[in-house]
Amino acid sequence: MPYTTKKSDFFSRELPELEGRPLAGKLIVIEGADGSGRSTQIRLLGRWLESKGYAVNQVGIKRSNLAGEQLTLAQKSNVMTNKTMALFYATDLYDQIVNQIIPSLNASAIVLADRYIYTLMARALVRGAGTDWMRNLYSPAIEPDAVFYFKVAPDQLLERYLNKTRSLDYWESGMDLGLSKDVFDSFLKYQGLIDEEFSKMSGPHEFETIDASRPVFAIQKELRNKIKSLLE
Amino acid sequence: MKEKPSYPGKLIAVEGLDGSGKSTQIYLVKRWLQSRHLKVFFTEWNSSSLVKDATRRGKQSHSLKPTTFSLIHATDFADRYERQILPLLRAGYIVLCDRYIFTAFARDRARGVEQDWVANVYDYAIEPDITFYFRVPLEVSLNRILRGRPELGYFEAGLDMGWTFDPYESFRIFQGKVFNVYEELTDSYGLTVIDAEKEIPEQQKEVRRIIKSHVDLKSYKLPYMPRLPLDLMFDTEAEMDNAADL
Repeated sequence: MPYTTKKSDFFSRELPELEGRPLAGKLIVIEGADGSGRSTQIRLLGRWLESKGYAVNQVGIKRSNLAGEQLTLAQKSNVMTNKTMALFYATDLYDQIVNQIIPSLNASAIVLADRYIYTLMARALVRGAGTDWMRNLYSPAIEPDAVFYFKVAPDQLLERYLNKTRSLDYWESGMDLGLSKDVFDSFLKYQGLIDEEFSKMSGPHEFETIDASRPVFAIQKELRNKIKSLLE
Repeated sequence: MKEKPSYPGKLIAVEGLDGSGKSTQIYLVKRWLQSRHLKVFFTEWNSSSLVKDATRRGKQSHSLKPTTFSLIHATDFADRYERQILPLLRAGYIVLCDRYIFTAFARDRARGVEQDWVANVYDYAIEPDITFYFRVPLEVSLNRILRGRPELGYFEAGLDMGWTFDPYESFRIFQGKVFNVYEELTDSYGLTVIDAEKEIPEQQKEVRRIIKSHVDLKSYKLPYMPRLPLDLMFDTEAEMDNAADL
């Protein structure tokens, strides 16, 4: 596999934890709302890559040993300000970057990220965070080799989401934003706002937009084809 | 850092090396202001209840790295800043901070984190009305801390950086780096330097003089008398004497 080289000027900084070692692995990011089918596709990709002999590691939001659990608890308390939340999420992700992603990539593994900086930026931006401040916060992050954005229309998303969970989550509906007192309306509006942020990032960050309203196997096939060319 | 907006409150911070005596000094300031029935609030570095458990976990497992060490403290600060420091300034309090963002600048840079990245993370924090820097020669602060051969924390000693396995040697190296950054910050941010080699009461006198020259204390009177009689606010007579208006 070729070494990761920087493409985007967004990732303008280098983490002290890199220590100048080459990142021989690949970082593949799947972005998309809850209910867009991310985890199903990641599970299938993981099996496939392992069957081809690649070491695979998975990371995601709120999965760090350092902050994952505490962040969940803090959210339940409903006292976190937007800035604190943005920084807590950043702590959670950077813990995985320095303790999981960097060591894995150093060891030529493939890291599958179930969401990455883009979700965190979108969520903070719709909550009023400054663009420059967010940019600075994530400028030392590791640049992914590919970002697949699973796109589903908000009304279809709502159907799939409800089919999975049977109820609408406070945060995933953006209820803290006061868009609507009705959780159903709030969900649609919030997911629409998040999608707008993703659309803005899509060009500069070279997202591969995936039509996630199709059947599982069709999406998986498309992903495998794109990842194959990345691994050659 | 943001210029100070027109809030009625006043923000006073103390900075300095471990062993510089800054916590003692800010404690005496707090007691002094309380004894005068003023609106005063005290907050210290790394004390947010929201973040505490995560920090403890990271320290215990030694899993914190320079970047996450920086961010967990930034999260802690943001929580205290947005829920306490800023609202209380707006409500007309004198807010006392035992360590402010300069501590992050100094420690993070000593760990190799880029200075301007950290400064940008904290760019929303307002500049204190007074930031006292308790300057003490490195050897003096090291002796004050190491004299009793205390058990040093892993991160406190900078052992996470792998400079050496000896905690005392590591602490010396780390504090040396922190000291150098503080000296630079003193110039670039115009921190108010206090000679922390002087006797405690002498320093306190100087600190109170400077505070009085910046802050019209009368205008921060509490609207009511405290519930406790004045003499019950202190644990010892010496403390009460200390707190008397110098």
